[in-house]
Amino acid sequence: MRYVDEFRDPKLIRQAAEEIGRLAEPGRTYRIMEVCGGHTHAIYRFALQDLLPPNIELIHGPGCPVCVLPMGRVDDGLSLARDRGVILTAFGDMMRVPGRTGSPLEHKARGSDVRMVYSPLDALKVAVDNPDREVVFFAIGFETTAPSTALTLRRARQLGVRNFSVFCNHVTIVPAIRAILDSPDMRVEAFIGPGHVSTVIGCRPYEFIARDYGKPLVTSGFEPLDVLQSIVMILRQLKDGRAEVENQYARVVPWEGNRPALKAMAETFELRPYFEWRGLGFISQSALRIRDAYAEWDAERRFSMPGVRVTDPKAAQCGEVLKGALRPHQCKLFGTECTPERPVGALMVSSEGACAAYFNYALRKTAAASA
Amino acid sequence: MTAPTVRFRDAQIEMAHGAGGKASRRLVEGLLAPLFGGPLLGPLGDAALLEVGSARVALTADSFVVRPLRFPGGSIGELAVNGTVNDLAVSGAKPIALLVTLILEAGLSAEVLEVEIRAIAAAARRAGVTVVGGDTKVVEHGKADGMYITTAGLGVVDGRVQCSPASVRPGDQILLSGPIGDHGITILLARGDLDLEADLSSDTRPVYPLIERLIDAAAPGVRWMRDPTRGGVASALNELAADARVGVVLFEEKIPVRDPVRGACELLGLEPMHIANEGQFLAVLAPEFAEAGLAAVRAVPGGEGAVIIGEVRAEPARTVLAESAYGGRRVVDMLVGDPLPRIC
Repeated sequence: MRYVDEFRDPKLIRQAAEEIGRLAEPGRTYRIMEVCGGHTHAIYRFALQDLLPPNIELIHGPGCPVCVLPMGRVDDGLSLARDRGVILTAFGDMMRVPGRTGSPLEHKARGSDVRMVYSPLDALKVAVDNPDREVVFFAIGFETTAPSTALTLRRARQLGVRNFSVFCNHVTIVPAIRAILDSPDMRVEAFIGPGHVSTVIGCRPYEFIARDYGKPLVTSGFEPLDVLQSIVMILRQLKDGRAEVENQYARVVPWEGNRPALKAMAETFELRPYFEWRGLGFISQSALRIRDAYAEWDAERRFSMPGVRVTDPKAAQCGEVLKGALRPHQCKLFGTECTPERPVGALMVSSEGACAAYFNYALRKTAAASA
Repeated sequence: MTAPTVRFRDAQIEMAHGAGGKASRRLVEGLLAPLFGGPLLGPLGDAALLEVGSARVALTADSFVVRPLRFPGGSIGELAVNGTVNDLAVSGAKPIALLVTLILEAGLSAEVLEVEIRAIAAAARRAGVTVVGGDTKVVEHGKADGMYITTAGLGVVDGRVQCSPASVRPGDQILLSGPIGDHGITILLARGDLDLEADLSSDTRPVYPLIERLIDAAAPGVRWMRDPTRGGVASALNELAADARVGVVLFEEKIPVRDPVRGACELLGLEPMHIANEGQFLAVLAPEFAEAGLAAVRAVPGGEGAVIIGEVRAEPARTVLAESAYGGRRVVDMLVGDPLPRIC
């Protein structure tokens, strides 16, 4: 398969791993954060940690959209389907995210009309096909998915679809990275930068990380060779004492980003003054809301949504894991009360969540003990 | 005698309980097996093996709720026959007879029904079984998506094989009969929700012709067989690892997956080893019989794609691992949840 197999070539992968082994100085620990959940998933799925020397520690960052979505927002969305009789549409990732009264999937099993879609345009189509029903799209994601929501809002207005609205939970990655950099327990030396987000925003927005915080960031693809090459680039920067933004994923990521996508976002969205992130708390100017010009398609305004705040289960240590202070299996609930099947915290839900990736792919305590 | 212990604690039935993964196993082991348990309820294989007089027979039941009814490479009728006879075949039995029960929805076109009845008849002929009876029920319009089919199958156990997880040993080899994921991905694409197209069709077929040759060539070394339907190869092998208390190590680059299936899985974030198959089987072979068994399966038309994909190890017990060509090892867990409901 083109664009996949060449980035999974065992010989090249071994060579990259050897280069990492040569660059990593013994006696020093490297803590590198992969910001994006897609990288977390790739690291576990391809067992890349096995190829790294033990003194390179990969910290799993906040770039998993469903993981950072507060439980109250899930409840708010589900209440539309349960109490207002709307057809609630959402990405598959959302379907098992626990709200206080159960996940979208559990609500669906009890009779709420919750439907999985692969694109917001599919949600709009549901609205067109069901003119006598209200249809809401539960929008989540970073700048990766925000443009498709933006285009859908445009399209809804063009077509004059009046029974469709968007419950906007889009967030932006840069303020989250800044929050981690400013966090007192932050001990990250370098970043593997987001790949998909960067196809939209480009690399320029990360420049402050190198300039103001003196930390390297390498925008990376998602195949094994991409991730390993990015680590090589980071280690070379650290060795040379450089801190720069570099683009390993240049075959997909333009330095300046995708202008039409950014334009569509600017036309439909504006920054919220602040937004709650699960595990990280309130971060100012870190999320998007729908502009007044599109108010008619904004579910929060259309349904005067209550904005419930729900505190996370006390024992769950999602915040510590999200910030890299704890490894997934060090959480008290990991693998016992919290599993991908019955997730307590959202990190266990999405395949991009650090806990689910660790649970699904890593040799766990019981297995490892006997290995 | 102590009262049976029901361990099933889920509050309600969800689609995942029918997906062949973790939730299905919890339902069967936690609720059904404890309450149905009797002297004849043996290990939870694909078919029950019973002594009737001097004969050993295999008995199985299956049900089919696939949507859409027809898809590239097959239809619900063909699937009903093949799914049932394959459960008998991987239990080491030659399929003999079927009961077929139809649950039809009022308003179903007679033409659609006739097409499926013809498909059942043709598939039964191909599989060498006779449809000896059944039942027909009709429910109100909108209650059964056109039609559901349930079946029962009877087979005669081949005395040369003794399959059981207990006989599986470290060093045993794992044979897979051909490329995986074709059925599940075909159904997913046939629903048309995705606007994806691929040159792909369901692998639905009877596997007995392959298994018959395997038994001829390697009977004393055939230790365990399973058709990896719902939940895919990953779930079947996890059940093996749990039931036999062994580790299973797979050589990732050996596992055959067609490009359209790989492509769809990459795009949708699915694991090919979780995707259902309807015409493949897995067999655990003693190492000294592996080569002969593999050659025998490959010699049957339709068995050319068979490969050894891994082996049984003592450790880590109850775990399935995949080894990459470059030396990484990851856990391959059972299917969780239900990414693709109602595929069979």
